[in-house]
Amino acid sequence: MVLRFKRILHQTHPAPQPPSPKKIMKCDLCEQEAVVHMTQVVDGEMKEFHLCEEHAQKQGLDFDSPMSITDMLMGFGQQAKQSVARDLTLACPSCGMARDEFSKSGRLGCPDCYKTFMAELAAAIKGMHHSSQHTGKIPGREGTKTRTKSKIARWQKDLNTAVAREDYEQAAKIRDEIKAFKETESSKGGAS
Amino acid sequence: MTLNDLLERHGGWMESGPSEGPVISSRIRLARNLRGTTFPGWASTEVRNRVWSDIVLAFDSIEKNEPFLRWRMEELAPLDRELLFERHLISGELAEQKDGSGVFISEDERRSVMVNEEDHIRLQSLQPGLDLQNALTSAEALDDALEHNLSYAFSSKLGYLTACPSNLGTGMRASVMLHLPGLCLTDEIKPVINAVSKIGLAVRGLWGEGSEAAGHMFQISNQITLGKTEKEIIEHLEQIVLEVIDHEKNARLRLMDEQEIKVHDHIGRAYGILANAMLMTSGEALDLLSAIRMGIDLGHLSNIKRHDIDKLFIRTHPAHLQRWSGGALNSEARDKKRAQLIRHFLR
Repeated sequence: MVLRFKRILHQTHPAPQPPSPKKIMKCDLCEQEAVVHMTQVVDGEMKEFHLCEEHAQKQGLDFDSPMSITDMLMGFGQQAKQSVARDLTLACPSCGMARDEFSKSGRLGCPDCYKTFMAELAAAIKGMHHSSQHTGKIPGREGTKTRTKSKIARWQKDLNTAVAREDYEQAAKIRDEIKAFKETESSKGGAS
Repeated sequence: MTLNDLLERHGGWMESGPSEGPVISSRIRLARNLRGTTFPGWASTEVRNRVWSDIVLAFDSIEKNEPFLRWRMEELAPLDRELLFERHLISGELAEQKDGSGVFISEDERRSVMVNEEDHIRLQSLQPGLDLQNALTSAEALDDALEHNLSYAFSSKLGYLTACPSNLGTGMRASVMLHLPGLCLTDEIKPVINAVSKIGLAVRGLWGEGSEAAGHMFQISNQITLGKTEKEIIEHLEQIVLEVIDHEKNARLRLMDEQEIKVHDHIGRAYGILANAMLMTSGEALDLLSAIRMGIDLGHLSNIKRHDIDKLFIRTHPAHLQRWSGGALNSEARDKKRAQLIRHFLR
């Protein structure tokens, strides 16, 4: 997820020539002039928003408050404020961390917080890592089911890479391997 | 073995290793947390102490094979914490913690485990030179051994669950410490930092920020931890590090081709000051030692060993100096002691 913000600064002195009326952009929510223009890119799809001062503030877009790079990466500040307005009470049932506390620090309270706050974390995680599926080491204590799932996820990733490279021969090979592996696994499951 | 013994030694990771010269050392850091347990930053003192006890038990059962030194942070004087920080064995964040925070350090100083830092476990393996694969193998062996007695927080989708989502997945931060005086002197370091930053890696000065890094020491590390295997991450990092090393070598060759006399002058002056100065600040020492280190790499100064210069890079730091001289020193006394130590080494 990429967020780009641009603010137009208005001149306090009259401009030498009156601005042409077509250059004034109206707020998406009222007839006022839009002063905040926001482009939001989510999974490659670009959306534009234009808001007047009042509606921008109502949406929690406060450009004067300091924002850290972590806030930007996490998509906090802007988006989180909107979420808080929706549900102030959401807190992790395991550790009690509330949504606004986690938004402020960028750190979670406990492993279960990932389940609690997944809705808003998902996009941030994808934005940070360009992926949302672990393919690395699995702890020895995890069962074979986790290992199988991870193996398939890893193949799926190789398959996508092959397709992106237009290496269809390799893609077909990986697809067959996945199919064969799934068949073997299900027959094992049936036998046990 | 005690902290004083550590001080007398030259840490294992500071020994010679592959691609030495521009490369100082390779490091793997793994972040792990205990299942169903609040992360340290949000946990009560009671929970933090329980985590420490659980990890002590896990170490007790593996220590038959390899002894580890262990300290709780509150047992250590501020100067001793700083000493461990200067040796890259603990982070600045851990040095400020108490209540169940502590560290385990292998006797060769190549492996350490911080407890109750940002995550319950921050395990690191340091190897001299460019040797990420061995650093990873050694880190994973300790990780596996600990896991026999601990249950980690893990999700099949998100991997190892960490306090900050930026460490999710492998929980691994791989980094290589580099000495890049050629790129700094030719003013080519900024474009290199920018280029490396654009491909998902982070570059920072080891002491100081960006292109102002003292001693021309840098650290390059991966930023992405989820969606790639540990092997893919270190292979990518190694490939980029090798490219940076090539740039550094080219910059040094160009310097010698175009400004040989200036390079000799730079190194000679650095030697002159280090060998004779009576007062020396930490920043000045790092910059002058950097020039000497490059001089050794370029085949000048055959009477000095790079090994000794690398020792000085660590031993001229404030906590090391104060420990060496037996107690707290004010800034001017440190500058005097630092100059004395360097003169002693260079004569």
